[in-house]
Amino acid sequence: MRLVNTYIGRPIERVEDFRFLRGRGQFIGDLNREGQWHAAIVRSAVAFGRIVKIDSAPALGMPGVHTVITAADIGSPIPTIPFRRKNPTIAPYAQPIIAPDFVRYVGEPVAVVLAASAELAEDAAQEVVLEIEALTPCVDWQASTAGTPLLFPGTSTNIASTFTAQCGDAAAAFAAAPYTHRERFSVQRHTALPMETRGLLAEWHAGDNQLTVCGAAKLPFFNRRAMAGMMGLPETSVDYIELDVGGGFGARGEFYPEDFLVAFAARKFGHPVKWIEDRREHFTAIGHARQMDAEIEIACEKDGTVTAMRGIMHADIGAYVRPNGMTPVRNVIQFTAVPYRIPNLDFTGHGVLTNKTPAGTYRGPGRFEGCLFCERMFDIAARELGIDPLDMRRRNLLTAQDMPYTLAAVAPDDGFAETECDSGDYRVTLERCLEEFGWEEKRALAGTLRDGRYRGIGVGCFVEGGASGPRESARIDVAADGNVDVYVGSSAIGQGIETIMAQIAADALEIPMDQVRVLHGSTNYLKEGFGSYGSRATVMGGSAIVLAAENLLKAVRDLASQKFGVAPEELIVSAGVAQTRDGRSMTLAQAAALGPLTGEGTFSSDKRTYTYGTAAAHVAVDPKTGAVEVLDYVVVDDVGRAINPLTLHGQVVGAAVQGFGSVFSEELVYDAGGQLLIGSLADYQIPLATDYPHIRAVTLEQFPAPHNPLGAKGAGEGGIIPVGGAVTNAIASALSSFDVQPTDLPLTPPRLWALIEKARAAKTT
Amino acid sequence: MKLRCEVNGQAIEADVAPRTTLCDCLRDHLGLTGTHAGCEHGVCGACTVIVDGQAVRSCLMLAVQAAGASIVTVEGLADGEALSPLQEAFRKHHALQCGFCTPGMLTTLHALLSEEPAADEVRIRDVLSGNLCRCTGYIPIVEAALEARAHYAKKEKSKQELKTE
Repeated sequence: MRLVNTYIGRPIERVEDFRFLRGRGQFIGDLNREGQWHAAIVRSAVAFGRIVKIDSAPALGMPGVHTVITAADIGSPIPTIPFRRKNPTIAPYAQPIIAPDFVRYVGEPVAVVLAASAELAEDAAQEVVLEIEALTPCVDWQASTAGTPLLFPGTSTNIASTFTAQCGDAAAAFAAAPYTHRERFSVQRHTALPMETRGLLAEWHAGDNQLTVCGAAKLPFFNRRAMAGMMGLPETSVDYIELDVGGGFGARGEFYPEDFLVAFAARKFGHPVKWIEDRREHFTAIGHARQMDAEIEIACEKDGTVTAMRGIMHADIGAYVRPNGMTPVRNVIQFTAVPYRIPNLDFTGHGVLTNKTPAGTYRGPGRFEGCLFCERMFDIAARELGIDPLDMRRRNLLTAQDMPYTLAAVAPDDGFAETECDSGDYRVTLERCLEEFGWEEKRALAGTLRDGRYRGIGVGCFVEGGASGPRESARIDVAADGNVDVYVGSSAIGQGIETIMAQIAADALEIPMDQVRVLHGSTNYLKEGFGSYGSRATVMGGSAIVLAAENLLKAVRDLASQKFGVAPEELIVSAGVAQTRDGRSMTLAQAAALGPLTGEGTFSSDKRTYTYGTAAAHVAVDPKTGAVEVLDYVVVDDVGRAINPLTLHGQVVGAAVQGFGSVFSEELVYDAGGQLLIGSLADYQIPLATDYPHIRAVTLEQFPAPHNPLGAKGAGEGGIIPVGGAVTNAIASALSSFDVQPTDLPLTPPRLWALIEKARAAKTT
Repeated sequence: MKLRCEVNGQAIEADVAPRTTLCDCLRDHLGLTGTHAGCEHGVCGACTVIVDGQAVRSCLMLAVQAAGASIVTVEGLADGEALSPLQEAFRKHHALQCGFCTPGMLTTLHALLSEEPAADEVRIRDVLSGNLCRCTGYIPIVEAALEARAHYAKKEKSKQELKTE
């Protein structure tokens, strides 16, 4: 019986579900250790200031309080959190793991209380008295770029880094173009908001000189390296252990100050230390994202052929440059125009420091923003040129003939500067999306008033980068009974990799899936690993498993060859069994009985995958309230090869709904003094079950990825990337009689209502 | 304070502080960590448990308020090792990803469908609007609930038949 490809491509129900559905998941909050201390973080309530005095005495006198740690206890210099990508200018802006002299955002850690229980630690944290001399904060990029005050002594600017992405000669193309248009856009500060807050449990094993940190996510191996460096320990003396993770979306699992503080306390006092973030502090402590202003210009021929785009983006990255703080800034300038063949580009992106929580990535970093800018520009230009916005896209979308398509390189080089779109015909998903959506039937509705609401339709085309390099590793161990344990460096953040990796391993070994157990993420499984970010886990980890399986089967072949005295190539290896022509055979279990049986694989690639797609939205806008209902939303993407259509579909639909939150409701609001006005989930409105019931996702496998053995492209982030562009275009279409052109998110009802009222007033005067 | 109540059919006794929430009591005193604390201010619904038949946010209820009550948590939804029909439907429809909100979704829907096995999509969405999920976009959760209704309707019918007998 040939079992090849029985699992890949099938909508296999997840193996993870059994424990989650029974309440048997093992999340960090569920883990306890004998003798553990609980940590609570004392955070700055001041946006910018100089620490004058920290009085821990009142807290120390409280029952159950073991001790209070401040910067003075950590020693000098205070370690700073390392960056994940190289950059020549960001070093001065790294975050110290506890504020030593200045505080630069509300929520910055200043002290740590350690107590016998979480309640007592939280009680005592409120009694630590912080005397902070308040300074005038910079709460927006405009004030910050003026450079007074400078947020970091000894620097000359509050702009941490400036990136450029250029190709062709944009200035010449603009000078020659018969049509140009400039527009200003803004995206609000919001955040990934995983449903599980962060948490850690650190243990110091003095006898073994070993630090164990439970609660890892996303990139345990990078964090181990960071921790070891800051602790002055060899990397092998630190283990990051991954448990079940209640959502990641880019924010969870980065190295945060608490990673160090909790581990430091465990090591210093010899007790396991547990810390679980509460939801209020989550809002001030986890990476924020997306806040960006952009000025974008487009140059076209009269027929809609785009000859050039250029723009300047200012990203408000908050008070420090976090490990991946520059990712959205470099992404937005490289990817804004990408689904299109535009020969002349000139984008500049500034990462500007302000006195707010430091920013990092959120699903589709820089891409969600860039797609909004580009897709709005296309619709605005098409309207002014009097051409069909779809024809304008057809004219400019990349085709199979353009592949591979080299993107404008990013400077300074962050190690990922050069990249190219790998395969595809971007018109394919546009046409399929229009067909699924019923564009032609809905076209007549655009701009009409039905039952008191204006109807509109819009599209957004996008690409999604995936398969971030450089490597991923996997090992397959065969047990005596022939079952296999697959270890992979990818980490689970709720996306179902235990199932997906088991499918890949089972197909590669040609054995039933229930013989495969997947162990992932933790640093004690493999010598090297990378993790799950940038839509990389399936492609990189999955490809590593394919290579490990090949090596394992080769080992079985060699063992059988020795045992049966035949040349390896004479053997047939199928369904996990090596067989001679005369019928003698060796199973995995029999091979494992001869000694340890293992296959290792490392998949290396610096070629990214580019999933591409199109989304279309149909909306109804109530002009009396500014409320928008999404009547239909269709997203079509080409992922090369879908390992599990069930989980992929779930990723795309879930990401789309997150995108609706970004477009309509989510915002981390700050006041002029740098106070975060969001303290609970009642203030921060993510989509509810009643909000967006009409979403359809279609996945194509038209153009396999050329640079990995699976042919798969990173996917999942694609669900969120086009939402801003498609939905705002639909809203503009609905309100075309007023010529309302939304350019600023979020489009809350009051904000949209104000736009409509303003347009009405302009029309009547 | 001493707390006596019934959890998942078992009589339990716990010694809790007056300020201990039911959620913390279940998790920390009784080891029932399937109930998750997502916000501790009653918005996300991850901590939902069933108290005397009603879906309740265990982060907003003090443990001592549950004295004498009968409580069902996610650990008590299935009979033995097999998944309940609602849990099966969740798996089939991929109604969970990270699994963190799932216990609250299941308890909320179990309480709803036990009372209203004919609840339509609008009603289900309305009730679920008190439970936040960040992964799925809710669509598969609603699909799973709609499918599981048949089982609850059957249960209801046999309950009524018992009554008429």
